Amino acid sequence: MSNTLALLETVDLTAFYSDFQALFGINFSLNTGETVAVIGANGAGKSTFLRSVVGQLNSPAESVLYRGKPIGALPVHRIVRMGIALVPEGRKLFPSLSVEENLSLGAYGGRVGPWRLEGVYNLFPVLKERRTAPATSLSGGEQQMCAIGRALMSNPELLLCDEISLGLAPIVIRDIYQTLPRIAEDGTALLLVEQDIQQALAITDRLYCFQEGRISLSGKAGEISREQISAAYFGI
Amino acid sequence: MDWLDTVIQGVLLGGLYALFAAGLSLIFGVMRLVNIAHGDLIVLASFLGLAVVQGIGMHPLLSLVLVIPIMLGLGYTLQRGLLNFTLGSDILPPLLVTFGLSIIIQNVLLEIFSADTQRLQIGALSTASIHIGESLAVGWFPLIVFLCAIGVVAGLQVLLSATRLGRAFRATSDDQQTAALMGINDRHIFALAMALALGVVALAGVFLAIRTNFSPAIGPARLIYAFEAVIIGGLGNPWGTLVGGVILGVAQSVGATIHPGGQILAGHVAFLVVLVLRPGGLFPRTRE
Repeated sequence: MSNTLALLETVDLTAFYSDFQALFGINFSLNTGETVAVIGANGAGKSTFLRSVVGQLNSPAESVLYRGKPIGALPVHRIVRMGIALVPEGRKLFPSLSVEENLSLGAYGGRVGPWRLEGVYNLFPVLKERRTAPATSLSGGEQQMCAIGRALMSNPELLLCDEISLGLAPIVIRDIYQTLPRIAEDGTALLLVEQDIQQALAITDRLYCFQEGRISLSGKAGEISREQISAAYFGI
Repeated sequence: MDWLDTVIQGVLLGGLYALFAAGLSLIFGVMRLVNIAHGDLIVLASFLGLAVVQGIGMHPLLSLVLVIPIMLGLGYTLQRGLLNFTLGSDILPPLLVTFGLSIIIQNVLLEIFSADTQRLQIGALSTASIHIGESLAVGWFPLIVFLCAIGVVAGLQVLLSATRLGRAFRATSDDQQTAALMGINDRHIFALAMALALGVVALAGVFLAIRTNFSPAIGPARLIYAFEAVIIGGLGNPWGTLVGGVILGVAQSVGATIHPGGQILAGHVAFLVVLVLRPGGLFPRTRE
């Protein structure tokens, strides 16, 4: 059931941490410009899934396809240069670099596109005020904005966000989520991984629910009931 | 004016030590690699200079035009082809491999050039000096070495703080995995750092060969001086490395004045004193 439109597709994707199997045959697809959420409880395999997509975990080449090309076995830096960017869980800003240097490094791969420093500063004006500050001196929410801005600087076709709401105040989460549709407007596809499903459901086209390394539910966001989600989420 | 003279000679000697140390500091900063073969690579550059001077008949200082590119290439190849495979969470493999490399370099040099001591002659320039006042003279060559050291340190500082490559060096040093997410190929970045380090080593090696007698066995002592300069100055701080080299040079120079056999000892004592008083070095780079 290969989809010719798919930007990203995984075919029977499995992942292991030495002897422990974390993913059991994930079949996932995401189209150009689409916003898709992957939800699930802690340990369901969501982050593992993202790590497999960007190449931090090696997979058989054919099990991850980007624009139909097998990328499962490529190193991270080559996958990123093809147009996939990851906002990693925990932000992972570079402590030795200032805010602006962190953002500039996002453009290291040299991909051209609409996102430059000015665009990121328009999206998150607070970063412009703090541009020369060390990245670690920012508040949690500002750090998350910086991490998203850094990922955008690579002008990705697909932006992966790993738990961007983690550890942030609800009001900050709302602010950050309000910017995501603006990012999607330019045709950037979004893949949001979340435990907190409220925000994600509001802006997503489709969702996948992971449970213990398998997809327990998938479909259009509007067509799935809360009960179905709880059942798929907790496996009750 | 004797003491002033001693200190000035020590400061200029410190420039050479800073050149020994700059590359060591850079590669430790970027990839946490402690290169035990660093001193032997300096001596390798000295012998490369000798081969170029004897083979082509070039002036020793001009030989740098060949020695530096050769060492740059060697650095890239060495890192990409060998040392990258030793890097990981365990610090032991790079130590063991570079220790082995140190022995290999010494013995290859011994095989090719014999154990004889050598020297590169630069003619009148080796004794030319500027006279300041009655009893004070500053040699042109030590001054050139010192100015080169300042140039190298300033260059490294600018590279690290203000260029795209420098940002990539710092980011990779902070967090390799996240650096890869920026599209940075860490293996290439490490190889560039080693190339740069050996470029500085080339300069240091040829200057060493002009300044003093050298033989295949003197590498490990240069490694110790380089280590001491880096630690005195504080890890990861290029200007600190220059200050560390100068402190070491002055201590050795003063030691030699007090007692002819006291040169090396005084340097080590100065190093130990700094280590006791300021274990992080004089100018540690603060980091989260």
